[in-house]
Amino acid sequence: MTATVTRPAPPRGTRRARRRVPRQTREMWLLMLPALVPVALFSVGPLLYGIGLAFTDARNTRVHETSFVGLENFGRLLTDDEFWSSFKIGAIWSVSVTVLQFLAALGLALLLNQNLRFRSVARVLAVVPWAMPPVVIGLMWKLVYHPDAGILNDLLGTDVNWLADFSLALPAIIVVGVWTGMPQTTVVLLAGLQGIPKELYEAGEVDGATRWRRFWNITLPQLRPVVVAITSLDFVWNINQFGLVYVLTQGGPGGQTRLPMLFAYEEAFRYRMASYASMLGLAMAIVVLAVLGLYLWRQMREAK
Amino acid sequence: MRRVPQYAALVAYIVFLAFPLVWLLSTALKTPREMAMADPTWIPRDPTLANFADAFGEQDLVGAALRSLVVALFSSVLTVLVSLPAAYAMARYRGLLNKIAIGWVLVSQVFPFILIIIPLFMIMRDLALVNTLPGLVLVHVTFTLPFALWMLQGYVRAVPRELEEAAAVDGATRLRSIASVVAPLLAPGVVATLLFSFISSWNEFMFALVILQNPDVMTLPLTLVRFTGPEGVARLGPLAAASLMATIPSLIFFAIIQRRLKSGLMAGAVKG
Repeated sequence: MTATVTRPAPPRGTRRARRRVPRQTREMWLLMLPALVPVALFSVGPLLYGIGLAFTDARNTRVHETSFVGLENFGRLLTDDEFWSSFKIGAIWSVSVTVLQFLAALGLALLLNQNLRFRSVARVLAVVPWAMPPVVIGLMWKLVYHPDAGILNDLLGTDVNWLADFSLALPAIIVVGVWTGMPQTTVVLLAGLQGIPKELYEAGEVDGATRWRRFWNITLPQLRPVVVAITSLDFVWNINQFGLVYVLTQGGPGGQTRLPMLFAYEEAFRYRMASYASMLGLAMAIVVLAVLGLYLWRQMREAK
Repeated sequence: MRRVPQYAALVAYIVFLAFPLVWLLSTALKTPREMAMADPTWIPRDPTLANFADAFGEQDLVGAALRSLVVALFSSVLTVLVSLPAAYAMARYRGLLNKIAIGWVLVSQVFPFILIIIPLFMIMRDLALVNTLPGLVLVHVTFTLPFALWMLQGYVRAVPRELEEAAAVDGATRLRSIASVVAPLLAPGVVATLLFSFISSWNEFMFALVILQNPDVMTLPLTLVRFTGPEGVARLGPLAAASLMATIPSLIFFAIIQRRLKSGLMAGAVKG
């Protein structure tokens, strides 16, 4: 029994002639099995089934007596005003949160990358939101925004019910989104910054480049792959956001913060329209893939 | 003094990041009477721990915390047990396997949960696992698995293969060499993965919301949300206290892991 992987298993003398599955491959699949089974049963399987449901008229309670209806749900989606309004809200939310989060995180990462005092305070603080359960983050901000017992009105001298105000609710939850997502992005960008070779900056200094020029011509281009990766991921997470906003507003007031996933959740578990909710999910997945594809393709073309 | 603007910016960041936390703490230490007063203050006038006691007095909250603990313990141990052999396979036989695993992690990020959760809910219902903790454990294991696998295979890869081979040359069987050579070196990585899986499960809200609809079996995040109820100002204190306590496990975890935060190590750890 050797443990080397490069050497093929020695042929056993008296064996029926058949295509031998190499022992390693068998071993490999055997080792993978305990992990593959649950993922296949409770993740891949349901995903495929869910995509299938989108083309039926299934309701949660009577899945076994459904029929295939083709693109009917998609047609309904295209003419559903509630969907479009939630789609618009989702677009505003995910683009603003992703962009603001990135800019805020870049600023913080640049600061943390220098030898400033109190850096460690900021560093610890930057990780805290990450460590908190999303539900607690939501409840905490509810306390901040609370019309009577909250601190925000007191600080700003306003008298507003932030999360119940038609025009302010969305900006209010965007702030929470940025607060929540910034740490992760900061940590990733900071790692990227620390990976930039020092020689580049030294060369820049020799050439007499200003700090601004060095940032523009060295830091940003070097950081590019990291930026593209993290903004893509952030965008996907933001568009699929559910828990945080559910806790903050449940999609209110009057649907002003009803992100697509909250809309789909209501369709599925309040109105029991499994098929329509699945089509919603599928449509969102296609949109996300299209946006990501376009973004990555443009970045690749520019990078050349 | 070239650095003044930088310090100003750093202070602004610290304020933005810290003020909600300070407010949460402040709210947790206030008496109901002070909470009801017209203009809120940062520092409680007569700080009290009564809210924490109140939170502990709430049957619902304590029960929910215990249930969360049980679910998180089972989920994390199962996740690690199931992903260890697979992680070993991924690290030792590179190639297609890794690509598939990474591909799945990415795909599962892009596809909205709603597509998975409806069929999952139906499967759970058919298996009579709705409103049960084992049902939730199963789901948590499934969804923590890809990332745990990814972490673990990195740790396995860090154990030089030559060590195993050397053990084999000394006549140890494959299993024996893994047990006596690889396992001890892998222990810190396994602990990190356990912690990560524990926190993922402890924090998880979405799946729990769908699978646990009966208040008697709800986990802590669900119970906290129910606790807000109709805008009762008087209940805000205990709510803040309970929220703080719900954060303790994660804080401990991050205190441990702080030094090892490498880029991407924890990326995508917990989806809200």
